[in-house]
Amino acid sequence: MRKIVCALMALFMLGALSGCGQETKKAADKKPAAKETKVLRFGTNAAFAPFEFQKKGSKDYSGFDMDLARALGKQMGMKVEIVNTPFDGLIPALNAGTVDAAISGMTITDSRKQQVNFCTPYYKSGLIVMVKKDNNNIKSIKDLEGKKIAVQIGTTGATQAHKVKGAKITEFNNNPEACLELKNGGADAVIGDLPVEQYYLKQGGDKDAKLVGDTLSAEDYGIAIAKKNTDLLEKMNKALAELKKNGEYDKLYKQWFGAAPKK
Amino acid sequence: MVVNLDWELISESVPLLLTGAVVTVEITAISVGLGLLIGMIVGIARLSGVKPIRLISGAYVDCIRGTPLLVQIFIVYFALPAVTGTRINPFIAAVVACSINSGAYVAEIFRGGIQSIDPGQMEAGRSLGLTWGQTMRYIIMPQAFKRIIPPLGNEFIAMLKDSSLVSVIGFEELTRRGQLIIARTYASFEIWTAVAVIYLIMTLTISRFVAYLERRYRTK
Repeated sequence: MRKIVCALMALFMLGALSGCGQETKKAADKKPAAKETKVLRFGTNAAFAPFEFQKKGSKDYSGFDMDLARALGKQMGMKVEIVNTPFDGLIPALNAGTVDAAISGMTITDSRKQQVNFCTPYYKSGLIVMVKKDNNNIKSIKDLEGKKIAVQIGTTGATQAHKVKGAKITEFNNNPEACLELKNGGADAVIGDLPVEQYYLKQGGDKDAKLVGDTLSAEDYGIAIAKKNTDLLEKMNKALAELKKNGEYDKLYKQWFGAAPKK
Repeated sequence: MVVNLDWELISESVPLLLTGAVVTVEITAISVGLGLLIGMIVGIARLSGVKPIRLISGAYVDCIRGTPLLVQIFIVYFALPAVTGTRINPFIAAVVACSINSGAYVAEIFRGGIQSIDPGQMEAGRSLGLTWGQTMRYIIMPQAFKRIIPPLGNEFIAMLKDSSLVSVIGFEELTRRGQLIIARTYASFEIWTAVAVIYLIMTLTISRFVAYLERRYRTK
């Protein structure tokens, strides 16, 4: 018995060591290839349809942001790699250098601008209040005082919710979880991005939810890049301007939002 | 590489983090307490002569030990309400998921402790005219308890750290508090270090207490 256990342990350790060997070999193989086409790593929180999400039964990342990222990569002659990250981890990831850029329906705000640089805005958005379909008490954000609000952590929706007097706020890692909280009755309202909640309703969410009130704020989405990476910022802005000029950007916009972008 | 820590931010955040730590201790204490009760019953049930009892308790232990606590928390908080139609309060959901989880591991600790007692003790008890249940209660369990103090202490420490998982249902225990502060200040390094240190202080305190209990109830 002892001999069998010893043999198994020896096998296991051999496996672990050879695994290490394999990885260094793989890395060595990758390096020469990578020098030919540089990799552009985009961080995103892929639970934000229609900007970034995974279609049913697919591992690939779909969405307006994803297509835009790939178009930008093509324009810059770089291979695009998408890294799925929690939303509140995107800016730390940029600062740590684990991703080169972040495209995730991220609103350009002053507090974020202190941490990272943003490219020229690529989408105009706004916040909206979403409530249960049978809720006739909440007509706008003014009715949210003292109510329970579900939001996504680190978003402008969360910041807006904290401004509401006496509201009890629960912050979730993803927007779908906040919507689920609303559906289960754990929250009276969700404050989220207008296009995302509209998409959620269109996909069947309108069975038990609806939007109320006016668009709360005018927000611009931007691609975030680490402050020290001014080179990439310049290249990305150039590529983005090029896409807007040659009609690629308009094409993508129409594909995802049904109409050409408002100038 | 010298790192510049934002000490002002840390000192501002510590009180907020400590309120989260109190919640962490609350959840852990209640979950392990309930887990002890569940574990004791299930542990003994695993050794029962009655086959259905043995099988059901075995299935419970296998299922709970065989699935991640994170998944269990999601099921209790998000999946069950979708099926039953009633929503569960986050605190109750967190405690339910953690106690059921703890109960399965504690059951195995109890089972191991009981089985480590010389079978001669059970024989002696029975031959003195005590029933299986009475022997368990008066002879076996008191001895087993002394032996399982170290692994029980381990389980408490493990659950203290695993309680950080309830952050995914938005529950504001220590880890979630840290995450929320970072979401607003982006001071990843300072806050996560502070959170880790607070966890460490809590687990070291428990370790010392368990060591004290071991010394006091040392089996001769």
